[in-house]
Amino acid sequence: MKTLKQFFICACCIFAFAACKNETKEASTTSTASDTKTAEKSGQAFITDDEGTPNCLQIAIGSPDHKTLVAAVQAAEVENALVNVGPLTVFAPTDAAFAALPEGTVENLVKPENKATLANILKYHVTPGNLSTTILSKLPKLGQANNQYVQVEVVDGKPVIGGANIIATVKAGNGIVHVIDKVLLPPSE
Amino acid sequence: MKNILKSTIAILSVLIAFTSCNNTSNSKSGALAGNVAEKVYVAPGEHDEFYAFISGGFSGQLSVYGLPSGRLFKVIPVFSQDAEKAYGYNEETKPMLNTSHGFVPWDDSHHPDISQTNGEIDGRWIFINGNNTPRIAKIDLSTFETTEIIEIPNSAGNHSSSFVTENSEYVVAGTRFSVPIPQRDMPIKDYKGNFKGSLSFISIDPEHGHMDIKFQLIMPGFDYDLSHPGRGKSHGWFFFTTYNTEEASTLMEVNASQNDKDFIAAVNWKKIEEYVNNGGGTKMPAKYAHNVYDEATHSATSTMKKEVLTVNPLDVPGAVYFLPTPKSPHGCDVDPTGEYIVGNGKLSANLTVHSFTKMLDAIENKKFAGDAYGIPILSFEDVLAGSVEQPGLGPLHTEFDGKGNAYTTFFISSEVVKWKLGTWEVVDRQPCYYSVGHLMIPGGNSQKPFGKYVVAMNKITKDRYLPTGPEVTQSAQLYDISGEKMELLLDFPTIGEPHYAAGCPADLIKPRSKKLFKLEDNKHPYAALSEADTKVVRDGKTVHVYMTTIRSHFAPDNIEGIKVGDKVYFHITNLEQDYDVPHGVSMIGANTSELLIMPGQTETFLWEPKQVGVWPFYCTDFCSALHQEMQGYVRVSPANSNTPLKWSLGEDIE
Repeated sequence: MKTLKQFFICACCIFAFAACKNETKEASTTSTASDTKTAEKSGQAFITDDEGTPNCLQIAIGSPDHKTLVAAVQAAEVENALVNVGPLTVFAPTDAAFAALPEGTVENLVKPENKATLANILKYHVTPGNLSTTILSKLPKLGQANNQYVQVEVVDGKPVIGGANIIATVKAGNGIVHVIDKVLLPPSE
Repeated sequence: MKNILKSTIAILSVLIAFTSCNNTSNSKSGALAGNVAEKVYVAPGEHDEFYAFISGGFSGQLSVYGLPSGRLFKVIPVFSQDAEKAYGYNEETKPMLNTSHGFVPWDDSHHPDISQTNGEIDGRWIFINGNNTPRIAKIDLSTFETTEIIEIPNSAGNHSSSFVTENSEYVVAGTRFSVPIPQRDMPIKDYKGNFKGSLSFISIDPEHGHMDIKFQLIMPGFDYDLSHPGRGKSHGWFFFTTYNTEEASTLMEVNASQNDKDFIAAVNWKKIEEYVNNGGGTKMPAKYAHNVYDEATHSATSTMKKEVLTVNPLDVPGAVYFLPTPKSPHGCDVDPTGEYIVGNGKLSANLTVHSFTKMLDAIENKKFAGDAYGIPILSFEDVLAGSVEQPGLGPLHTEFDGKGNAYTTFFISSEVVKWKLGTWEVVDRQPCYYSVGHLMIPGGNSQKPFGKYVVAMNKITKDRYLPTGPEVTQSAQLYDISGEKMELLLDFPTIGEPHYAAGCPADLIKPRSKKLFKLEDNKHPYAALSEADTKVVRDGKTVHVYMTTIRSHFAPDNIEGIKVGDKVYFHITNLEQDYDVPHGVSMIGANTSELLIMPGQTETFLWEPKQVGVWPFYCTDFCSALHQEMQGYVRVSPANSNTPLKWSLGEDIE
């Protein structure tokens, strides 16, 4: 019993030492690396809040059909663009929609060197404003967060966004998520 | 033995933990934390380098902070009653909140701006707009008190206000909502073409700062969002962002976002000034309050004005042009040289920067792209200086450091982005916590910014401080901008929701800050300038009590002969002539706030006793060692009694 106690104290001591040592290491490498690190992992996306209605990002994370989208959002580091107070309309392509892209497209886009291209594509799926399907049917085009427009057509009384059909709609704490069956690709300028 | 061993190990472990951690924090503070703390640390008794006047938003007030410490010094009551200072409760300041709609005890204060001389902040007055019931207030920066409020007729949602021209010729107030001018009963659906937007140019008297509406420009029925004056080469012009050029009146979040471009309205106010000085313009019946506080009488008066001079822009050719600007521009900011006009399209991902030189050239060479209600629209390409490509999401406001850099807030991507004027390249970006609105660099709206700090004012606070239930304080952040990269130094809470701020070096204001009011200058009609002058006067059911305070008594402190149903006015003069010795006073059951009376000042509260008895009053501000002795009694007799009117100090009445 006494040995156990001593062991515990020793362990504590080692622990404290080790923990502090790690910290020292981190602190000494700060100026470049940790600056960007705090920028990446801080902001509204990283606040724990299990009381409010899920926001657009949380809805995507919680969905079994949006694993590719979530991975893309994380690769492009645009989480904070989906969790701010908005209001936002997010068009969320399903995993099947991503899978329908030519082979290798997604794998290529999530590479670090293509971060800007990926971010641009993702922002093309976001409209400022809380736009229900009823409102969407009344608008000829939408001004997207990447500064380009996407056309809206009405087919059989339903809005079709840049050729993509809305297959489900979920209200979010900070706007609305429309699940779509196709990835929207920004027109080249 | 075992015990000794145990304790040795324990001590050793503590020691190691202590020393090793100590090392860590030392190395950390040397590199980062300590350095930041030093930058915002103002030692006890030391003063801050800058004043920051941060709008109190929906509190209706204006707060005074020090930078870099972020310490709150004062909340100046402006548009809302303040029980702490009796503003809007005492008889002297009630008229300050008078409007054409009657007494309005609250407003939504927005954009403070400090007076200027020759394009530089002069620290004499600060102006701020009330957004809801349109008003502009002037605060005197020698007393830090609101000394004037003028209501703006033909306006609604007084938002593109209150910005000052470079010699404080005008403080300008633009309407956010267009409305029928004059107001009338008409269907809302007939908005388009029938509603109008007014831009008011309020002259400032150079000596006393008194405000007077010189003219109102009656513009097409858009929403006028923000504005800033030209300066230097563009002095004489004023720029206003517009949105809802669609002229929608419902579901604005969709319907006001349909046009690719809205406008920045460029107004040559010198030209219009000349036009009205030569008899131009149309006098129109109107009703608006002009409330002025007089420092000598310590009292405000409210005058209802009956007329306003309006100008139709089409009657002054060459005075107004529209600069197309993408997607519902919000902020409208002019750089220190006066050359660049930045329009922040809040639904655009790019920043649009117009060139004043190119604008003049486009006007001269008639490079028009049409007109809106007869007002020429300049060709976008011919006025564009450049754009900052995709710097962030949801640009709102821009300030300048005077070193060729601009700083723009991005609401959606929640960051401040630093970029270079002329090359339009992004230099640095720092996250905001969270969803930043306005930002302020001291002297930012002038030819001479003091580019050492920028304060970002955030709309969302969430987890930044200890939680306080569903409502949490608003949050500001201070960044050091003296280097190439911005550095976050400090978070500090603010009051209300800060919409913009104005700042300047403390030395501009500090030497002129008043310490007290001279008793011999007190011209209050009910002042008692010595204890010998104190008295109680009955006039029918109205009783005037001329009372004084000095450490540590009221004179008189015993009053008899007051009756139920009387209206008793306590006029209290603080005889102190010593810095920071105010006295307060409150009366049990009075349906108003306390008074807080500065040395040499007279203030009045009304008491309408409803119950027979002997009722005490006391000093509410801990004034002295004998503060708890500073009290008095009023005897209230039945309405039909014959108790004689008597007052005294230091003797028994009967």
